[in-house]
Amino acid sequence: MEEVADTKARKGAARLCSLCDQRRAALKRPKTLEQICRECFYMVFEEEIHRVIVENQLFKPGERVAIGASGGKDSTVLAYVLSELNRRHNYDLDLFLLSVDEGITGYRDDSLETVKRNEIQYGLPLKIVSYKDLYGWTMDEIVKMIGLKNNCTFCGVFRRQALDRGAALLKVDKVATGHNADDIAETVLLNILRGDIARLSRCTSITTGEDGPIPRCKPFKYTYEKEIVMYAYFKRLDYFSTECIYSPNAYRGFAREFIKDLERIRPRAILDIIKSGENFRISTNTKMPEQGTCERCGYISSQKWCKACVLLEGLNRGLPKLGIGRSRGLDNDGRKDMKHSNGTKNIESKQCGTLDF
Amino acid sequence: MQLTLEFGGGLELLSNSVKIHNVNVELKNGAEKLTMKDLLAWVRTNLIKERPEMFMKGDSVRPGVLVLVNDCDWELSGQLDTTLEEKDVVVFISTLHGG
Repeated sequence: MEEVADTKARKGAARLCSLCDQRRAALKRPKTLEQICRECFYMVFEEEIHRVIVENQLFKPGERVAIGASGGKDSTVLAYVLSELNRRHNYDLDLFLLSVDEGITGYRDDSLETVKRNEIQYGLPLKIVSYKDLYGWTMDEIVKMIGLKNNCTFCGVFRRQALDRGAALLKVDKVATGHNADDIAETVLLNILRGDIARLSRCTSITTGEDGPIPRCKPFKYTYEKEIVMYAYFKRLDYFSTECIYSPNAYRGFAREFIKDLERIRPRAILDIIKSGENFRISTNTKMPEQGTCERCGYISSQKWCKACVLLEGLNRGLPKLGIGRSRGLDNDGRKDMKHSNGTKNIESKQCGTLDF
Repeated sequence: MQLTLEFGGGLELLSNSVKIHNVNVELKNGAEKLTMKDLLAWVRTNLIKERPEMFMKGDSVRPGVLVLVNDCDWELSGQLDTTLEEKDVVVFISTLHGG
């Protein structure tokens, strides 16, 4: 009898939600340290995102919006929440799922299956663009050629253009990505660690590329990764969760580890880092790159050729280091590196996809 | 003590790709109760077959791994000090992967 009373006492002592004071608390929000129940969590999670969308004027009625969908936790939850808010608050948006196939066996092919399921589950039309079609190279082929370093450099540069390309094919007005608060805090740190002032000045913007082909926005800018995962878990949302096989070598991993350790001690740090990033002002003495267009493909670029064209040129000429590291341009090193590439097998030159913008 | 343990977010890869484990954990000699701290040590020894550093850091889970006891965030019940009972369900979800 005593045991039963003990158990009841333990359960009774379980905290009540600090918002509704009725239901049992299910999680502690890192953002506010509040202890709240599932139902209240769904509500604050969704409504906070709605506020971010409205206050930052992310969308206009009637816009066609592509959601960058990888099948992972952030993009799946983004697709789910955005559809829901679109309905609930009458944003009047035409939503699409846009996926990029980098050609990473065992990683991307599995996650694409998840996006195809999302297409059905959420009723959003899906478009997939592939590196193979756009550039003539899959990531697997690229890694075979360049080795296991700087993989993310190639992939990231190519993915950004691939997203723009897919967005143009879908004729959308905007692209929404699932970057969350943790991601952005990591990026701020990463740019500080590398002294990348140009990126540091841009990376906390919630909307970017307004002067480019298709603007992009990050509705999850102030949303904690932990909450995204908890939301997906409680709602039983279908997502794919394996690390890209090439990512363990990425520098970002160090920034991520540090952010996670910080979060444990002081969860608010993540939002505070973003706030610091938003308030950086660049010294007028600092020379900043000027924005122009790529001579070869017309894409936005601060150099003569955009990064994607430089990297592709390197791949097609068997020069894996072209465009990697600082001040390695096309003209100077082109001639130098020719002599050093004796060991590398010359891969038959592939035709780049046309990248006219 | 009979418990059900679940691994998600890619952690299952560390335990032979098995997501759900129904286990029987023995309490330490003389111990009256089982805490999460004890359970973590037990899991590391008995269920994690590779790369334990992906699951744990020191005495606790690696930062970025969420823990739920009976569908409740373990931060509410004292994290490592959480006491477990018969038939409890413990879920470990990693958030450390692409989104």
